Amino acid sequence: MSATAVEPAAPVRQPPVRPSRVPGWLSNPWGRPRFLAITTWAYIAWALVPVLAAILFSFNDGRSRSVWQGFSTRWWWGDETLSVFHDPTYTDALFHSLELAALDMAIATPLGFLLAIGLSRWRGRGSGSANFLMLVPLTTPELAMAVSLLLVFTQLSLLPFSAVHLGTTAQVIGQVTFSVSYVVVIVRSRLAAIGPEYEEAARDLGASAWQALRHVLLPLLLPAALASMLIVFALSIDDFVVTQYMSSGGETTTVPMLLYANARGGATTPALNAVATIMVVVTLIGVGGAYLILRWFSRHTGESAAGTAAMDLTGMD
Amino acid sequence: MTAARSSTLWRWLAFPGVIWLFLFVVVPAYAVVAVAMGQIDTLLQPVPTWNPLDWNVGFVKEAFASVVPGGTYWSATRNTIVYVAATVVLCFAIGYPVAYYIARCANRTKGLLLLLIFLPFWVSYLMRMLAWIGLLAPDGYVNEVLSAVGFGHTDWLNGNPFSVIAALTYGYIPYFILPVYAGLDRIDMRLLEAARDLGASRPWTFLRVTLPLSWPSILAGTILIVLPMFGDYYTNDLISGSPHTNMLGNSVNLLVQGGSQKNLGAALVLVLMTILAIGMLYYLWETRRQERRMA
Repeated sequence: MSATAVEPAAPVRQPPVRPSRVPGWLSNPWGRPRFLAITTWAYIAWALVPVLAAILFSFNDGRSRSVWQGFSTRWWWGDETLSVFHDPTYTDALFHSLELAALDMAIATPLGFLLAIGLSRWRGRGSGSANFLMLVPLTTPELAMAVSLLLVFTQLSLLPFSAVHLGTTAQVIGQVTFSVSYVVVIVRSRLAAIGPEYEEAARDLGASAWQALRHVLLPLLLPAALASMLIVFALSIDDFVVTQYMSSGGETTTVPMLLYANARGGATTPALNAVATIMVVVTLIGVGGAYLILRWFSRHTGESAAGTAAMDLTGMD
Repeated sequence: MTAARSSTLWRWLAFPGVIWLFLFVVVPAYAVVAVAMGQIDTLLQPVPTWNPLDWNVGFVKEAFASVVPGGTYWSATRNTIVYVAATVVLCFAIGYPVAYYIARCANRTKGLLLLLIFLPFWVSYLMRMLAWIGLLAPDGYVNEVLSAVGFGHTDWLNGNPFSVIAALTYGYIPYFILPVYAGLDRIDMRLLEAARDLGASRPWTFLRVTLPLSWPSILAGTILIVLPMFGDYYTNDLISGSPHTNMLGNSVNLLVQGGSQKNLGAALVLVLMTILAIGMLYYLWETRRQERRMA
């Protein structure tokens, strides 16, 4: 009897199981990820806004790189002597950066490409230490590499080291030495994705190891080679430590070296921001191209691997 | 017979690369040892000793003595330890939630977020420092905003350790987020469901399942940011420019590139590499242990 009297109240009590004054996302930030979403977007803003501000300052109307004084393109081309495309300090550094990048690409890509194929197939004496050697440049601080190369080129009077003088040659050697490992990582991860089947099929059909390599593996690996070439380009353009240690000043100054030398200088104009912006754009074009190539490639070999391609680009696996 | 022949083919393909790495990684590493264990001439120029039998351990002893409390570079060692530790903690505090969120996102949002997370990788490190120099300048926008809310002007760019730690975090955090993201993304969602089915609360599931499973990737991310920080001299030079905040990388750079004490510089590199090798060995040992525990 009393039960019938209480009944109408029951539906009202049902929904809030655990009445709580704290909003849901605060009492349980992991479930509905508002806290996480805010952190993530705040992080992205923190990571990117300063760079965008620095790019914006290349269009500053005044000489300041920290106070906005209106929009102008004077530091890009307006100023006849001080703008980035007129001042030889900047144009020389830009050209030298591009020159080093081209040479690094031309040497590191084939070297790393062959090393990757060799290391992935070669079993037996020496392969273990070769694998270890390949990882050394990735796991040593760049400063240690730079110091060691500087000392070997300046202290060892033995060919071929004595023939290398600080300057462009030494810079290219230094850059190739660390770029090779990235090429190896990218090409090897592609090799792993391709798997041994195609090659085995070719061998079963009577191809020699060389023919299988030449007619089956190489075409399949071509996109990875192109992608790693663009990554080498980006690595070279952005490199600072090794390039600085291997430089002989003056003509061998690159854009990152200019940034290091002048970023703090009060007299430096926003043309420095402009030259840095050029490098950012050039790097992003290179990496974007590499990404598109790898994505196109993974689509055509039937894996859904946009993420994999992206991971390859950072040279980590 | 064919197997043997193809093995020769693979070895020949690897040959040029191996030679290159031998010439420009192994021999230079030996040159560092030879200079560190070498002599110095009357013009204060280093004279490397290539024969191990004639090695002089004086500089290495000096370098070891200089990085311990009381030594010339103790302040650099202390700064390095403090800054690196603070940076790792900050990277974890900021980076882990970010990596976690991206790993749990639906596919379309995930693609966009990944793209945005990748962007800083490909903006030159020095450009990113340049950006902060503009913002932290005495008349920059950071000071403007701070003084608008009642703080006085701060000299951020002259020997301020907080600026250095912030800059290091800003510079290296992408390298921490990425492996942690990859680790979290690989976690089998069924394990989390199993934990929930067995009655674990969400925080408990996180603490007992997600966090332990992502531990190896946290370690990998830490290694990835700690290694380069031990050789970093440019962040300090750009953001602080004061010997007050010098790190070990600055000491090496000053000895080798700036001054005439290349022997001591090389010896300091050896000390640095020894410390890092111990760290790497711990990392390898820990990952082995983790793998065994998983298996």
